[in-house]
Amino acid sequence: MIEATALSKRYGRVNAVDSVSFKAEPGEVLGFLGPNGAGKSTTMKMIAGFLAPSAGTASVCGHDVLADSLAARRVLGYLPEGAPAYGEMTPRSFLDFIADLRGLGGDHRRQRLDFVIARLSLSAVLEQTIDTLSKGFKRRVGLAAAIVHDPAALILDEPTDGLDPNQKHEVRALIAELAKERTLLLSTHILEEVEAVCTRAIIIANGKILADATPAELLARSRYHNAISLQAQDSIAARAALDGMPGVSGFELDEREQRLYVFPQGRTKLLADVVGDRLRQRSVAFAALRTEHGRLDEVFRSITAPEAKA
Amino acid sequence: MSLVGAIFRREFSSYFATPLAMVFIVIFLLLAGAFTFYLGDFFEIGQADLQVFFRFHPWLYLLLVPAVAMRLWAEERKSGTLELLLTQPVTLWQAVLGKFLAAWVFIGVALALTFPIWITVNWLGSPDNGVIFASYIGSWLMAGAFLAVGSCLSAATRSQVVAFILTVVLCLLMLLAGFPLALDMVRSLAPQWVVDAISGLSFLTHFQAITRGVLDLRDVSYFLLSIAAWLFATVLVIDLKKAD
Repeated sequence: MIEATALSKRYGRVNAVDSVSFKAEPGEVLGFLGPNGAGKSTTMKMIAGFLAPSAGTASVCGHDVLADSLAARRVLGYLPEGAPAYGEMTPRSFLDFIADLRGLGGDHRRQRLDFVIARLSLSAVLEQTIDTLSKGFKRRVGLAAAIVHDPAALILDEPTDGLDPNQKHEVRALIAELAKERTLLLSTHILEEVEAVCTRAIIIANGKILADATPAELLARSRYHNAISLQAQDSIAARAALDGMPGVSGFELDEREQRLYVFPQGRTKLLADVVGDRLRQRSVAFAALRTEHGRLDEVFRSITAPEAKA
Repeated sequence: MSLVGAIFRREFSSYFATPLAMVFIVIFLLLAGAFTFYLGDFFEIGQADLQVFFRFHPWLYLLLVPAVAMRLWAEERKSGTLELLLTQPVTLWQAVLGKFLAAWVFIGVALALTFPIWITVNWLGSPDNGVIFASYIGSWLMAGAFLAVGSCLSAATRSQVVAFILTVVLCLLMLLAGFPLALDMVRSLAPQWVVDAISGLSFLTHFQAITRGVLDLRDVSYFLLSIAAWLFATVLVIDLKKAD
């Protein structure tokens, strides 16, 4: 379990993190979303015990990060941003070093090292220096170091940043696997990641929590949530056909995709079938009719940059 | 304590994983030899002792120890491994001590590799080996004090060049404080107790006392206390500047 209570960090007059509180339970993958400089990393560094909070506190599995810092660090695995590692070391000596610091010994140590090396497919590069590894391998070495002691709670700061799509996919699969019975907190500014791996998302900007909800709940805030979209050769005719239909409040045309969005009125749900029937009645040709779930990027923008919307 | 050991081992082997160790040891030995034989006229003096050899050590350290010290923390900070290290279950003291000891022992290795000159004087004459042994200990202690100063300044910046220059300047001041030239200047301006206090703070005064063959507890504890004080300052500086 990871819990933050009114966690704050001030640099001079700037409130980098302003009274952030949340609680993540085992089995949860909590995504930290926000623009660059929103305070995501600072919050994570405070929970990981690297930075001291200006006010408030946090706890990891019941260990307070201020009062019992070492105990909190013992149960936590932490991957700092960019997965720093000692470049002149090999992955094997680096993981050995981390295992030393984590106090692993005997059979357990061997098992854990074998496990992380196998799970992150590091055996081919074990004897190369970390400096010579590709970005993807470096990230994997960092992840291996973060989980070598089988931590009950895990904090990953931008674990997939800068990786290629295949590597991203791999890391996400690993996250999903790790999430079982663990508490996982990860930060990202890749929105698809939130839908792919997170069970809950916190949107943070200017050091404040602006939203704390499941990805589905966030999507429901989207303007496009429950809108009907379709592709029509003659979008003007389609629009004319649907205009004045009960429950329809407006239209939007995506020129690039030739896709017409039909917005429902208020909270009432517009049924795709009904829209289809109406178009067929008026003999307007259309294709790819579907109900939209919403767009996370639009929700993200409307929450974090309200002035841009106006 | 095993954690200090783990950090010590990692740090110590990292010297030998990079060209740093080789370059440092070779330059150290070359300079030590050059100072002794050319500037110190080792052979012409015709004495079977290592006075001239040790006389140049403060100046040798002034140049070379900051080069080892500058990377201690500045590099960790720059590469981000500082965050990795300090989010492991280790205390700041364990980290500072482990890294310092690794660098200190490393310089000790370089110093120990000057042993041929010790053999040489024993072959040429019959020196007082007790004095030489004391001088080696004194030299190593002084290197530790230089290193502790450098450790603190390296923690204060992420630029290794800045750390190097600041360390050289500060160590130079600590040395000059015991130099007759500097002391004479103070003597003309201030009472004797001020002169004594300043000279008492100097690395040079205590090192020279040891090389005269007296391994006095006061001189030894001066260096050990200096090391402890500067390492304590290192801990404070890292703690204060973690966010940068």
